[in-house]
Amino acid sequence: MSAREQIFGSIRRSLGVTGNEAPRRKEAADRMAGHPRGVVPARGQGTPQERLDLFARMVEQAAGSIARVNDPADVPGEVAAFLRKYNLPMAARRGVDPRLASIPWERAGMLEITTGAPDPKMLSSVSHAFAGVAETGTLALTSGADNPTSLNFLPDNHIVVIDAKDVVGDFESVWQRLRETFGEATMPRTVNLITGPSRSADIEQTLILGAHGPRRLHVIVVGAP
Amino acid sequence: MSHVATSPRFKENARAALADPELQNALKFVEVNFIARRREVADKLPEFDALRDAARDIKNHTLAHLDLYLEAYEQKVTAAGGHVHYAVTADDAKRVVLDICKRLSAKTVTKGKSMIGEEIGLNDHLEANGITPVETDLGEYIIQLRHEIPSHIIAPAVHLTKAQIEADFRRAHDKLPADRNLTEPTSLLAEARGVLREKFLAADVGITGANFLVAETGTSIIVTNEGNGDLTQTLPKAHIVLASIEKLVPTLEDVSQFLRVLARSATGQEMSVYTTLSTGPRRADDPDGPGEYHVVILDNGRSSMLGGEFGDMLRCIRCGACMNHCPVYHAVGGHAYGWVYPGPMGAVLTPSLIGVDQAGQLPNASTFCGRCEEICPVRIPLPRMMRSWREREFERHLSPVTVRSGLAFWAYFAKRPRLYGLATSLAARALALIGRHKGRFGWLPFATGWTRHREFPAPQGATFQAQWKARQRERR
Repeated sequence: MSAREQIFGSIRRSLGVTGNEAPRRKEAADRMAGHPRGVVPARGQGTPQERLDLFARMVEQAAGSIARVNDPADVPGEVAAFLRKYNLPMAARRGVDPRLASIPWERAGMLEITTGAPDPKMLSSVSHAFAGVAETGTLALTSGADNPTSLNFLPDNHIVVIDAKDVVGDFESVWQRLRETFGEATMPRTVNLITGPSRSADIEQTLILGAHGPRRLHVIVVGAP
Repeated sequence: MSHVATSPRFKENARAALADPELQNALKFVEVNFIARRREVADKLPEFDALRDAARDIKNHTLAHLDLYLEAYEQKVTAAGGHVHYAVTADDAKRVVLDICKRLSAKTVTKGKSMIGEEIGLNDHLEANGITPVETDLGEYIIQLRHEIPSHIIAPAVHLTKAQIEADFRRAHDKLPADRNLTEPTSLLAEARGVLREKFLAADVGITGANFLVAETGTSIIVTNEGNGDLTQTLPKAHIVLASIEKLVPTLEDVSQFLRVLARSATGQEMSVYTTLSTGPRRADDPDGPGEYHVVILDNGRSSMLGGEFGDMLRCIRCGACMNHCPVYHAVGGHAYGWVYPGPMGAVLTPSLIGVDQAGQLPNASTFCGRCEEICPVRIPLPRMMRSWREREFERHLSPVTVRSGLAFWAYFAKRPRLYGLATSLAARALALIGRHKGRFGWLPFATGWTRHREFPAPQGATFQAQWKARQRERR
């Protein structure tokens, strides 16, 4: 008997079922197809403006920084200001996301934004978020050529651009958007939910930022909600 | 299993732990930090207790339909191009992992934090077969350098002081300048980051655990703060997920219920830094990600716990809150428990996994204060289950003769209330008479366990029951 058969057999013996009971099968299938929502915190359920304000507060509470600009054309200036503030090289790597590609990067003068394979030596990266979650100040990023996953983790400084309209109240709204974008019960290879920069408290419970992932997380919100 | 359990020697372990000044120094942070941080974030979320109820109910529902959700999960993983492997025992799981590593001619394997990896003793097995496993979670990396098991399920090196960690780093990183400054935690972290970054880039296979497996989508989820798990699973040729059967949850909506209680209960964060949902291997146009995606699903005795006396334990989401709030854990730390899972959850789970004959003493390591059940995010009745284990230990005649005869002696009187009243009032009077000058005893026969550490006060007046009766009479 295979390991699979042994485990399923043992589970079914313990539960006293055969696995063929129609009502049971229907209950599980209905839950997966209907994916009912559970308890959703009230804090993320305000107006779009309140949501955006909560999102910004929570990003900062998680030790991230946040800037708001009116137009995509203002992004290069904001990226340059961030890099200058921390005395970083005026260069960053990005994926081929069309929303990032259409930004007039040349407007920030010396700023050099490159695409291509993620380079472990690159100090800074720019990604575009799939969504933001107000209740915890969390960014949702999806994998692929548009925004390679390794850009979220390898560089010391991670800059994430997000459209104000993509800031939602809760995680349930992110799942819904994933279904609308990728199809029901279908996921991109990786969805990264990121709340603040990397940290560890493994040495005497002293919190230190920048464990293995980025030391700094800078969020640039574009437009109005 | 390759970790030899020292659980049968719990009492000796505990005594040694109490006498270890460095351990006591490190442990003092646990009680202060974890409890206050959890309280603070729980108070900020009015829905917190309702979420705990929801989390409990989802786990109960999932466990009652586990075969069906497991089936659905497997189909979705396969459809996404991943592979699901089943392992009945720890040895089976180790074999599956080793086979994958060998097929890929892996030399170095990076590992995200995985309690299943600890449970099956994976590192020793890989090493014995010529493959170098590198733990990348800072705490796990430190204990790997020391050849120890974790002393806490989310803070593996919580038993160590920074001076001890500095000594370990100097010993292990002997190629670095000897005169470097490592006195601050930041410098220790920076050094580990540098050393491990090389390992991430060189690894052939990345192994992580899983906090959740989602049946709806065939997704595995890890929750971390460092980002080590993500580098582990993104950079190598293959990603292997180690998970046990009870990690299943039906849907993404269900996952959000757990995410809202997990970090708050564990570290007192509103949300952990990285929650990563992985579905299958690298897609055709992906510039990065693992070429192969494997999930090893371990049973190791869990399926026979379903629906039984200890079935509720399978709701556990491994947040560590029970040990953070446990006065016994605060006093002796995690290693005294002698195996992979310490604290109240370990006291219940360990006898199920390695046998009550091995771990029968662990359920006795409780004051029954009930804090663990009070704060458990999935409301596991830990004290009740510890009591059940004590009964089993007694029934199977595993407890020592002194305990059994003492209990029998007490039971003889307890079952005869009049005799009990008479005997205790005689004893109280006798003790009051003998101790009337000092008002306390420095030594008493049959009570040296008490008097070795503190004095025993001489009884004042009648027994409690007699006083209670007198008071009730006065009220009337």
